[in-house]
Amino acid sequence: MRHTLAILVENEAGVMTRVTGLFSARGYNIESLSVAPTLDETISRMTLVTRGDERVIEQINKQLNKLIPVIKTEDLSRTSHMERELVLVKVQAKHETRAEVLRMADVFRASVVDVSEESYTLELTGKAGKIDAFLRMLTPLHIIEMTRTGPIGMRRGGKAFAVEEK
Amino acid sequence: MKLTGAQIFVECLKREGVELIFGYPGGAVLSIYDEIFKQNHFRHVLVRHEQSALHAANGYARVSGRCGVAIVTSGPGATNAVTGLADSYADSVPTVCFSGQVPTNMIGNDAFQEADTVGITRSATKHNFLVKRVEDLAITIRQAFHIATTGRQGPVLVDIPKDITNDTCLFEYPETVDIRSYKPVSQGHPGQVRRAAKMLLEAERPMIYSGGGAVSSVGGAERLTELASLLNAPVTNTLMGLGAIPCDDPHFLGMLGMHGTYEANMAVTGCDLLIAIGARFDDRVTGRLDGFAPNAKVIHIDVDPSSISKNIHAHLPIVGDVGIVLKQLIDELARRETKADTNALAAWWQQIDGWRGRDCLHFEQPSDGKIKPQEVIRRLHAATAGEAIVVTDVGQHQMWAAQHYGFRKPRRWLTSGGLGTMGYGLPAALGAQMAAPDARTIVITGDGSFQMCTQELATAFQYKLPITVVILNNGYLGMVRQWQEMFYQQRYSHSYFDALPNFAKLAEAYGGIGIKVEQLDQLDGAISRAMAERERFMVLDVIVEGEENVYPMVPAGAAINEMVLS
Repeated sequence: MRHTLAILVENEAGVMTRVTGLFSARGYNIESLSVAPTLDETISRMTLVTRGDERVIEQINKQLNKLIPVIKTEDLSRTSHMERELVLVKVQAKHETRAEVLRMADVFRASVVDVSEESYTLELTGKAGKIDAFLRMLTPLHIIEMTRTGPIGMRRGGKAFAVEEK
Repeated sequence: MKLTGAQIFVECLKREGVELIFGYPGGAVLSIYDEIFKQNHFRHVLVRHEQSALHAANGYARVSGRCGVAIVTSGPGATNAVTGLADSYADSVPTVCFSGQVPTNMIGNDAFQEADTVGITRSATKHNFLVKRVEDLAITIRQAFHIATTGRQGPVLVDIPKDITNDTCLFEYPETVDIRSYKPVSQGHPGQVRRAAKMLLEAERPMIYSGGGAVSSVGGAERLTELASLLNAPVTNTLMGLGAIPCDDPHFLGMLGMHGTYEANMAVTGCDLLIAIGARFDDRVTGRLDGFAPNAKVIHIDVDPSSISKNIHAHLPIVGDVGIVLKQLIDELARRETKADTNALAAWWQQIDGWRGRDCLHFEQPSDGKIKPQEVIRRLHAATAGEAIVVTDVGQHQMWAAQHYGFRKPRRWLTSGGLGTMGYGLPAALGAQMAAPDARTIVITGDGSFQMCTQELATAFQYKLPITVVILNNGYLGMVRQWQEMFYQQRYSHSYFDALPNFAKLAEAYGGIGIKVEQLDQLDGAISRAMAERERFMVLDVIVEGEENVYPMVPAGAAINEMVLS
């Protein structure tokens, strides 16, 4: 099953390697990983998507917590949560397809972030499924280049997933 | 007062109470060695290879219960240390290793004797650090010792670039250490402890299975022995756990697993409650997983949450330090009015005694034939009343030592359990002997393993360590040969040595005493001479039966009750 993990880590050199090294050493798979500092700049937050049965996910959680710079983890998939992903996609747009590309952007509420004589670059935020659908629709129009962030996620409701204040 | 990084290094070790470090100098650590030269707070022991520095620190830590400390130079010094680090990591032995590094402005330039030490050792250590500013050095050393010696203990490496050792800063020793992302649990959850007590008292066929955690945790061994007698429950130890309960305690069934005793493996298979204490259900212990304790509810006490339910599902997990949790559990059992079912236990013990009756470790020593390796171990036990520090390498001799020596005390049995490092024995014995100068230290090794760190005889000579090395010399890589005999139709591919040194002469060349023993009637004399020696190391090259096999044995992939007994 697919699991989305939120991980708070010390914002220091080498933490990413420790996390990814743990996955490769134990034969677990990372589907996507995104990371950036939090409001407290000494802490970074990772969103990591992986797959595995209950036993594997339990081990992943325990092994992550065993890494010294990992402060805490949360399996978002066990909670009511939201996920969003950002994609940048450069689509061929010559005379006959220029209007069609814009129409697709409009349908998916994507915005145009760059224009050239032969292309549009579109930006879209949404759930992974929506991004997939968007890309599927653009494929016949010829995608020149595409990059997506992988999801970031957060639990719904008023409580924070954060380091407790002392 | 401003100090250089090298002075801070010495000052921090002094404040940590370090009394002994093992190391090997080189370019990147010259400034540190210069400060070591000028101080007299701790001794430095010069080994002959960096791998040995780590094994010696491991041996010292396991015997003394303190943190082992090693220092190596950059590049090859650090890469040579990797095996020793990985060994301590697999066996959870607290060690701190300092490695030199090229100056910070040269890192990444493929400089002379540069290696990405933090990258290379990341998966061989509990944690590692690269010190980038001299201001960070003291706190990093403090954290390194804290991490190495708390929770599930293990090796920590601190990589120090050469310029940091020369830079100066105001020295302030951090009295306390607090790492917000690292808070190991030591106290067991009281509710879980109560549930465990209830399950233990309700069990009809309880079984205690304890590992290295019961030896390394303070008070673990005493409380394990107490728990066994309180519950009148049988106890088996893993390879790492031997010595936690005296070998002659009536509750002790010997080691379990691949070369465990028949009674231990049968009792694990037949029990209705298994309590695992500081053990991690290693594959050499469990055999085929679905055949391991198939009828049992499992209670698992361990300081490392990731060891619980990793291989075998624990019905009742208790995260905490073994010594502390056992104290909680014993107190809880004492409070309870209900007692264990004595009739059920009597029937259980009757069944166990039946298994014991198989005498699975029995062997025949012909009075005029070749010496059996098992006989050598038995005689060593007799000569030392089971109280020696026994250090082994890896292979058949290791299993015979585990099966036949008979340990009376914890922290007297040193073996490379998890990583299985040939070459561990002699260097680990250096550390063990230095931790306990008055104890008799015996290395039981094979003709293969001994050749992997032989150079440490020079260290033993230099520091006047009266270590006894007993080589069970069968001319083979015995365990490899045994598997080739059993599973590869006796094709002995590269498991026979066509050339072996004269070990007795080799010992003499290094300044020790060497004796070759070929006849059974020479054995006791040689052993008692070694036991009387107080200054020089002695190597007993004992020529043993060449094709003796280790039994009982559980073949790979079989359940642990599917044993080959002979």
